[in-house]
Amino acid sequence: MSSPLHGLSIDSIRAGLLGKKFSAEEFTRQALAFAEAENPKTNAYLTFSQERALAAAKAVDAKIASGKDPGALAGVPIAVKDVILTRGLRTTCASKLLANYIPPYDATAVIRLEQAGGVILGKTNCDEFAMGSSNENSAFGPVRNPVALDRVPGGSSGGSAAVVAQETALVSLGSDTGGSIRQPASFCGISGVTPTYGRVSRYGLTAFASSLDHIGPFGKTTRDAAQLLEVIAGHDKMDATSALAPVPNYVAALDGNVKGMKLGLPREYFEGLASETGDLVMAAVEELKKLGCEVRDIQLPHTAYAVAAYYIIATAEASANLARYDGVRYTTRAASAGTLSDMYRQTRDEGFGDECKRRIMLGTYVLSAGYYDAYYLKAQKARRLITQDFEKAFEQVDAIVAPVSPFPAFKLGEMVNDPTAMYLSDIYTVTGDLAGIPCMSVPCGLTAEGLPVGLQILTRHFDESTMFRIADAYEKASN
Amino acid sequence: MKITEQEVRRVADLANLALRDDEVARMALDLSGILTHIDKLNELDTSNVEPMAQVLFDAEETATLREDQERPTLTNAEAVGNAPVTSGGYYKVPRVIER
Repeated sequence: MSSPLHGLSIDSIRAGLLGKKFSAEEFTRQALAFAEAENPKTNAYLTFSQERALAAAKAVDAKIASGKDPGALAGVPIAVKDVILTRGLRTTCASKLLANYIPPYDATAVIRLEQAGGVILGKTNCDEFAMGSSNENSAFGPVRNPVALDRVPGGSSGGSAAVVAQETALVSLGSDTGGSIRQPASFCGISGVTPTYGRVSRYGLTAFASSLDHIGPFGKTTRDAAQLLEVIAGHDKMDATSALAPVPNYVAALDGNVKGMKLGLPREYFEGLASETGDLVMAAVEELKKLGCEVRDIQLPHTAYAVAAYYIIATAEASANLARYDGVRYTTRAASAGTLSDMYRQTRDEGFGDECKRRIMLGTYVLSAGYYDAYYLKAQKARRLITQDFEKAFEQVDAIVAPVSPFPAFKLGEMVNDPTAMYLSDIYTVTGDLAGIPCMSVPCGLTAEGLPVGLQILTRHFDESTMFRIADAYEKASN
Repeated sequence: MKITEQEVRRVADLANLALRDDEVARMALDLSGILTHIDKLNELDTSNVEPMAQVLFDAEETATLREDQERPTLTNAEAVGNAPVTSGGYYKVPRVIER
């Protein structure tokens, strides 16, 4: 059975609706039926939202019937990572602690995509509280990679990447704190975008590490991802860290013209890379040269310190953000607790999975008396140096091209017993989050085993347009 | 840097986590592995580097301030709706102070 979404895009769905080829309601029913039938293969959806989806679809049909603009995402089937709040629709953060949590409000990104006519089919599985690089840390079981079912889809937004690859949603929302959009996008062979820090409001995104958290889009194509970003981006008075900068028309940048564009190749990103991954990334760089890009070697000398700095900062912030899950406000309280203190401790011990505990512990340790300067302050200084590396590089080049992950999707269970090795595999993605610059993964071919590899493109703050221009030009040339 | 089981228990106490004995041993092992990698930061000379706590963009300091106006917020029922135990619109917790 092939997906009703196969071969479609945001533009072609809109054209189909406006041309009366199908109704949004009929299309949504087909998309939901297919998604529900296919989901057991991957476990990518945790919750389906039939009622909400059909109500949104009917609203799109009513608008079209009365001659009104149905919106930029009219009738588009969308999945939302289960760390992003949806009013009245269970939002678990893939944690046992929040298995029955029903949010009292919608995230701003969710409000915006529904206002644009988008149809939310359901909520996607992920690593618990977005902590992980394989989607094996979900309290509701791992997600399987639709490209190779014995392998992980990447993480933490594994479900949101898998549904797009599986064609059980056309596009999706994920979140990225240290690579959680780009790495699963690369593992599943789709486009995944981490926008500039502050570009998309985080109101309603469950906080993991507030100075690093982003919401961003996944799409089969760069064009779909860019269109979704344009809808959800922009200032929001509900998030004091959301940026005031106006949102450009990203689609206008997708003209295929990259002639004369200067691309930087950071040599530090090619050390310790699987050879096939390196070959595919370099072949993509060659393709960009053919399109008229000028490629030069650059240096990002502090790259080797990024994982250490990231895991101090991210866990320190997480240890504070996860303090709220204490048995008082959020659905779950340990039954056996007698005193207040026991209630906190036992609720948290029973509720959090191993990876969350590890990160809460590491974060608490690096912030504890006597260690603050040696760890947290030191990491913040390293973060400055890593950011300055990018600033210097962008004096010479318009964009940086690099791998996303040192290797393609690995087998389920292959790395679960070595958390340090799992953390080290985030080396090429944590840097962009530390600097807050836009970065994305675009598919750049398959290994001999048929596993997708992603090309990472990074640009200056708020220059998503250049990033999309390069990704789209490459995508068109390589197809 | 290696971390002992005793330190793990101290940190678990600070973090309000009641780790079981088997978890303590495993945690000491895992944290030691990560902290050993983190030691790499000591190679860096950061004596003249300003710490970076947040990604900042050029904007007036008051750019994100707003007028303090009344606006609709969650109802009491919505605010306590997800709590495991409530009473009269309040969160209910075990007794804190004994008479």
